[in-house]
Amino acid sequence: MNTLDANFNFHQTALNLRAQRQELLASNLANADTPNYKARDFDFSAKLKDAVGKLASPSGLLGAAATVAGGAASLAGGAATLAALPATLAAGGPIAAAKSLLTTAAAHIGLGKDQGETTLSDAEVKYRDTPQGSVDGNTVDADVERNQFADNALRYEASLTILRNDIKDMMSVMQG
Amino acid sequence: MPSLFNVFDISGSAMSAQSLRMNTVASNLANADSATSANGQPYKSKQVVFNSTSFGSPFSSGVAVQKVVEDNSAPRMVHNPESPLADENGFVTMPNVNLTQEMVNMISTSRAYQTNVETMNAAKAMLQKTLTLGQN
Repeated sequence: MNTLDANFNFHQTALNLRAQRQELLASNLANADTPNYKARDFDFSAKLKDAVGKLASPSGLLGAAATVAGGAASLAGGAATLAALPATLAAGGPIAAAKSLLTTAAAHIGLGKDQGETTLSDAEVKYRDTPQGSVDGNTVDADVERNQFADNALRYEASLTILRNDIKDMMSVMQG
Repeated sequence: MPSLFNVFDISGSAMSAQSLRMNTVASNLANADSATSANGQPYKSKQVVFNSTSFGSPFSSGVAVQKVVEDNSAPRMVHNPESPLADENGFVTMPNVNLTQEMVNMISTSRAYQTNVETMNAAKAMLQKTLTLGQN
């Protein structure tokens, strides 16, 4: 259970951030003609590192996740620490509805701390530096945005594909 | 709540804003020679003012048309003494529509609209691919 979560959490975080970046880029493109609109973006890899760092549970389950470890490697790491499982069983992800999980007995498994925190802060979302803005104060360079948009979409699908393969691996491990 | 679904709202708002802009372009081009209108005055060129509005997560925003303003620049004076609308010097006051500007506006609007359609399609493809996650 914990191992599965740990295994999938990295990609879940990555996909979450990719989706957020996609939204941001879509908003830049949408506002390409809005006066005084300033294009915004965030440093994906820095934010992912940060989020994965927070994700790593005390037992270091996700130590390997940062290097996009394959399913088997993480599985082995997880199995080793399974015996000493604390009450902070790694839960799914930042699923808002699930945050209110009640633990009314000592044996109940709580959600622990918020895993895979992927919300962006104002300081992380930077304003794009444009060499040549428009007269109306708009800093959207549609070509740059389109470029980043396509890139981000492709990387999202790549993450998705890797995650799908991870799931397939897990399925074959379980089913034998 | 950040989600890919917000892209639909964002791009959709931009698309409706751009189509309103296209409407004003059409109106301006159609009335480029309307020397008189319901209020007896020559047609005045109309321009939309875009404004970004918050959508979805705190950092993304869509587009809304804040207002449609009338261009108050000087009208075009055409010498046509035969016209019943001519003044004592034989000049007719014609709309202040700038054809070149409107054509540029039209192309820009069309491109912006296309971009937003593409954006929406990309988000849709991503969501559809996400839906198949875990299958087979």
